[in-house]
Amino acid sequence: MNRAVLAFALRRAAATLALLLALSLLVFALLYLAPGDVARNLLGTRNVTPEALARIRELHHLDEPFLAQYWWWLSHAVTGDFGTSIRTGGEVGPLLLDRTGVTAATAGLAFLLSVLAGVPAGIATAVRRGRPLDRMIVAASVVGVSAPGFAVGLILLYVFALGLGWFPVYGTGEGFLDALWHLVLPAVALACGLGAFVVKLTRAAVIRELDQDYVTFARGRGLSERRVLRLVLRNAAIPIVTSLGLMVAYLFGGTVLIEVTFALPGLGSLMEESVLFKDIPVVQALTLVVALVVSVTALAVDLSYLAIDPRVRARAVRR
Amino acid sequence: MSPLLHARDVRVTSAAGVLVTGIDLRLAPGETVAIVGESGSGKSMTARALTGLLPEGVHATGRLELSGQAYDLAAARTPWQRIRGSQIALLLQDPFTSLSPGHRCGEQIGWALPRAGRAAGVARLLAEVGLPAEVAERYPFQLSGGMRQRVAIAAALAAGPGLLIADEPTTALDVTTQHEVLELVAGLQRARRTGLILITHDLRLARARADRIMVMYAGRLVEEGPAAEVMDRPAHPYTARLAACDPPVTHRLPALPTIPGSVPRPYAVSGACAFADRCDLAIEACRTAEPALAEVAHGHAAACVRPSDVRQVVAPSAAAVPPVAGPSSALLTVRGLTKRFPGSAGPALDGVDLEVAAGEAVAVVGESGSGKTTLARCVVGLERADGGSVEFGGRATGPRRVQYVFQDPYSALNPGLTVGASLAEALRAAGRPRSEVPGLLDLVGLPAAYARRRPRALSGGERQRVAIARALAPGAEVLVCDEPVSALDVSVQAQVLNLLSDLRRDLGLTLLFITHDLAVARQVADRVYVMHRGRVVETGPVGDVLGAPTHEYTQRLLASVPAATRAE
Repeated sequence: MNRAVLAFALRRAAATLALLLALSLLVFALLYLAPGDVARNLLGTRNVTPEALARIRELHHLDEPFLAQYWWWLSHAVTGDFGTSIRTGGEVGPLLLDRTGVTAATAGLAFLLSVLAGVPAGIATAVRRGRPLDRMIVAASVVGVSAPGFAVGLILLYVFALGLGWFPVYGTGEGFLDALWHLVLPAVALACGLGAFVVKLTRAAVIRELDQDYVTFARGRGLSERRVLRLVLRNAAIPIVTSLGLMVAYLFGGTVLIEVTFALPGLGSLMEESVLFKDIPVVQALTLVVALVVSVTALAVDLSYLAIDPRVRARAVRR
Repeated sequence: MSPLLHARDVRVTSAAGVLVTGIDLRLAPGETVAIVGESGSGKSMTARALTGLLPEGVHATGRLELSGQAYDLAAARTPWQRIRGSQIALLLQDPFTSLSPGHRCGEQIGWALPRAGRAAGVARLLAEVGLPAEVAERYPFQLSGGMRQRVAIAAALAAGPGLLIADEPTTALDVTTQHEVLELVAGLQRARRTGLILITHDLRLARARADRIMVMYAGRLVEEGPAAEVMDRPAHPYTARLAACDPPVTHRLPALPTIPGSVPRPYAVSGACAFADRCDLAIEACRTAEPALAEVAHGHAAACVRPSDVRQVVAPSAAAVPPVAGPSSALLTVRGLTKRFPGSAGPALDGVDLEVAAGEAVAVVGESGSGKTTLARCVVGLERADGGSVEFGGRATGPRRVQYVFQDPYSALNPGLTVGASLAEALRAAGRPRSEVPGLLDLVGLPAAYARRRPRALSGGERQRVAIARALAPGAEVLVCDEPVSALDVSVQAQVLNLLSDLRRDLGLTLLFITHDLAVARQVADRVYVMHRGRVVETGPVGDVLGAPTHEYTQRLLASVPAATRAE
């Protein structure tokens, strides 16, 4: 049994690796999809002299066939060497590393906030279906889902930073607590839409389970409401975890706008700057990083099924 | 003897109106009372009211006395959590959905037991329901339907209730499994002196298992009394006619008796007998006041003004069945069909041979997992067989006018299309004009105006008629019917079976009829194939096979039919 589970996990990991490889090919092709001469694009705003072009061609192996170039790029990329940024002229790797902290902290905090608030709220509404509290939270979550994160961010800034002065307007702060304090508003802005989404999907999943026969049967044989709820949550966890995995992808989209709004030096704002500047090596590296995070999350979700759902476990073993 | 349970004037209401009107119910320890009725009769609502488990928006009033303690059904403070489990437990119909999919069976049984000695208690309960102790470590999806229902019974009994309310506990099970589970419950009842309220639509089952029967119709109790008394000398016309609709397994009737019309909504009738509109005996008095329950014999009461005339209504017709035209050339020939689904333990089909002559009706009977549905799906091409051949009119390919009628008329029709649009679509596929829709509806006994309705507005029987009309639309010669009546009430089942036999006579239709119900096979088919684990174990004319079965499995199937168990 355990060996079969391990084999399943390895198979899924191999599939994820294959997917990443295919994605990297697409990412590398970005260089060629951009209009104009590749060498000129890579030179950016620097002086276009025949010598500079020749140097770039040699540096990037542009005279070799496409696949060889790809291999050359990939073998460096896996070691963290994504080449040099056109905009800053510095190495892409350290630049990325420098910006990762802020984004990871903002996104992580937002994710935590939305799950910690959204899941209990979703359960509470499902259990009190149709009552005033349910209606109120559902109405609020509709607003949350439909309000764009950057707009919420602007309102939060206006009220809590400019108006009340409780939080800083921009920047990242010094030290752990100060940094956390600086990240509260961006994280809340990002968590609003996300949390509302979590409320809605938790509510739907719990309500579906509450309507099942096994709940009636559990009550019909005298089990306590607490026990019944635990029963329901165990079975509702499967769809909830799936959707939480999908949310990670959504987080990265949202973080670009939030970081711009709050002037945070994270990956999101780096993405915005690099796209505007046609800084292709940086865009390539960023896209690959996002793809990596999203597919690793998907892998984690798939593996978590093994822990949560005995039916999936049985199927995985049989195959 | 002091009653275990005494419920008085149980009334259930929803926003729409009254669903159950003032039912009284008494039950002694160890006694079995069956509440019998068709869908919409209020029998399940009564069971839910007695356990405080009514759905949102539905309320009950009345008094419940349990082992001497009185409770008010309407009161919010009724300590249901204390009553349920230790005094009353509710067992549900479907063992596939009544256990949590994500928890081990042992855990689910153990929750109602004290923490100390829980494992030993679970093992003891499993032994009591005839399961090995290692089932505790299994998940429900790893067990068969019968084993799951045994686990559910063990869980229901864990807290030691004196009363078990079982809502159609075996309807979702195969006939042999059904027999085993009911025997188990009977044994547990004897050992524990548990009272049982058996909610069922199956009169035969009620008769075989219950001491007393209560018959419900449109939210009302119309008859109650000792089981044999109610079945042999019914004092309410509804009981008599419902019993007559149930096809016998011993002989074939020329046509099944039916009850015209349909069950009214409980709150739609007032100041009249709810059955009056469908009753041949109805007189003026039936339409001016609702008859009260009155005793007709000791312990036997009926809500009818003419109880003594009831027995004349249903004269059993034992007329000989006219012989069906002798079999002509084979229309459908199946040879050596094999099929194995990936990941399954055994083959679904293991070399099946089958022949159906033009104009013939052939039944394939068997339990779930016997391969009967796979066979049907292979015949119409919904499934591809691994080996063997299906020939239609002597050819393996070419146009086949075969159509399929599905089990569940609720999901077989597109809910977004009107009946007319569904039929027109099927007609178009055969290049026939839309103008034939009224004719099709007429063929299946529905008014032409139904073309404008959507499936939602139709009853189960009407939907199955539409599904049959749709199957006939392309001018099908062979109708493959996969359990077409198993989701329907008995009286509706009789109507649909009669329709199929009429169509066969009028259109010269050929039928391949898949069913688990031997009595239905008896009424429908000329010849029968008995399937077991992907093989045909016995075949022959339906009278011979069901009258004098030679294979051990067929004998076992027949012995499990509730009526047969009452032969003593």
